[in-house]
Amino acid sequence: MTIIDPMQIGDRELTEEEEIYKENILDHYKHPRNTGTLPECTVHHHEHNPLCGDRIEIFLTFTDETCTDAKFVGQGCAISQASMSMLSEQLKGKTVDDIKRITSDDILSLLGIPVGIVRIKCALLSLKTVHVGISHWENFTNSATTSPHSVKFTETGELP
Amino acid sequence: MIFQQTLHVEQLKSDFPILAQQVHGKPLVYLDNGATTQKPRRVIEAMNTYYHEYNANVHRGLYNLSAQATHAYEESHRKVAEFIGASFEEVIFTKGTTESLNLLAYSLGNTLQPGDEIVLTQLEHHSNIVPWQQLAKRKGLVLKYIKLTPDFHIDLAHAREIVTPRTKIVSVAHASNVLGTIAPVKELARIAHDNGALFIVDGAQSVPHMPINVREIDCDFFAFSGHKMYGPTGIGVLYGKRHLLERMDPFLFGGDMIREVHFTHSTWNDLPWKFEAGTPNIAEAVGLAAAIDYLTGVGMRHVQEYEADLTAYAHQKLSSLKGITVLGPKGARGSVLSFTIDGIHPHDASTLLDREGIAVRGGHHCAMPLMGLLGITGTVRASLSFYNTHEDIDKLAAAIIKAQEVFGV
Repeated sequence: MTIIDPMQIGDRELTEEEEIYKENILDHYKHPRNTGTLPECTVHHHEHNPLCGDRIEIFLTFTDETCTDAKFVGQGCAISQASMSMLSEQLKGKTVDDIKRITSDDILSLLGIPVGIVRIKCALLSLKTVHVGISHWENFTNSATTSPHSVKFTETGELP
Repeated sequence: MIFQQTLHVEQLKSDFPILAQQVHGKPLVYLDNGATTQKPRRVIEAMNTYYHEYNANVHRGLYNLSAQATHAYEESHRKVAEFIGASFEEVIFTKGTTESLNLLAYSLGNTLQPGDEIVLTQLEHHSNIVPWQQLAKRKGLVLKYIKLTPDFHIDLAHAREIVTPRTKIVSVAHASNVLGTIAPVKELARIAHDNGALFIVDGAQSVPHMPINVREIDCDFFAFSGHKMYGPTGIGVLYGKRHLLERMDPFLFGGDMIREVHFTHSTWNDLPWKFEAGTPNIAEAVGLAAAIDYLTGVGMRHVQEYEADLTAYAHQKLSSLKGITVLGPKGARGSVLSFTIDGIHPHDASTLLDREGIAVRGGHHCAMPLMGLLGITGTVRASLSFYNTHEDIDKLAAAIIKAQEVFGV
């Protein structure tokens, strides 16, 4: 899988290999994996990109530092939603540290096509939501005396 | 078609060097004129000549170059004044429409009292909402919004209802940058004035597309941008009725807007310089004057007629595609066409159209409250100019169909 330099990407004809990735993106966009909510979860976080209206809300359950379930709801462009769908498939079985080590380049190589400098924010909203969500949870755990595990959140998972 | 002959579109198009290029191996079709227009050669050359031959500060140097620069800078005000039916003293150069509106919010705001009301419309650009919102917060004012009718026109009945003697300012977009709605500015001016309110027109999207006469509209202020009317970025205009500008406080303070400075107090320069603090954008003023010369040469009446014909064609063409919803009024409208494509996010559509060489805007177009009202997060927007052709619209339609095939919708 080619790693795409975010400074180099964008705006050229797709190679044959990239065409296949494009099909993959459209497949994830139309049939997103792991959608839904987890009313009893460890990490719940929502991010949006006001410029384009992309929204992602994630629900992650960790058992002994390992992600045992990951769900999301979202709306927005194909790049943002496919990126989250693809990322959601990577999360289960990974430890908190593994997840924190996922980089922007990893997401771009999952997508596999040049997304263009103007769309980079769409592509990376998924990772931002996961990383910020985990970071809030860790800060909360470090500062709170009670466990934040199993915090109850919106039943419907409706986006604000 | 008749107008195409009057206008010689292909010839006009060749006046714009940037339009000759290819993007992704396809001829560029530039349909984002609502964001900024391209610049004709004579604008670029006028600015180039200024820097090559007579760059100097204005209103200061007692030497030949400065005299030339000053003359060109003042001449630019005169040309703008003539272009919109104003007088020289009433034309203030700003950075753009946004700064013009901020100037008004600041300067008129000084005279307002808590409880005073400002009336806008639901389709305003952020630039004609946020300065008033901030002012309202500072001064305890009330903001009200004139509704749109179901067919996307300004609801004049609602305007008559909410504009009252409590209203001090009515400020509206002449042409919507999202819907293409043309506001009935003469009627709104009358409604505002009948209630003792000032009437402000945001003309950013109208000046490039139709003949403008501020006296006929009878607006008190009129704001617009150079770069949306084939001129450079960094320069815009605020027109104001002379007797109002004379009573208003300056917005920015410093060089050029000064008559005398003492250790304890200062007095202000004559109009329009009273509102132009600091060394102005001289090259940009020269460029704007060249843009006005160019537009005058083409003829704003011709521009309006040709674009009306092209817009009607584009409206009909886009509406005939499956899965496309064109927003905004039918019939007479501005040359901005916003649409949604079922199953394709506006940003994905813009990216796919870009690969066909077509430049459109996708998003909320700095009108988030309107998007909320329409229940959408964004649209694809094709905004037309006189250098666009029927062929450009056909290419747009073909590219949309191709995008729909990619997305399988």
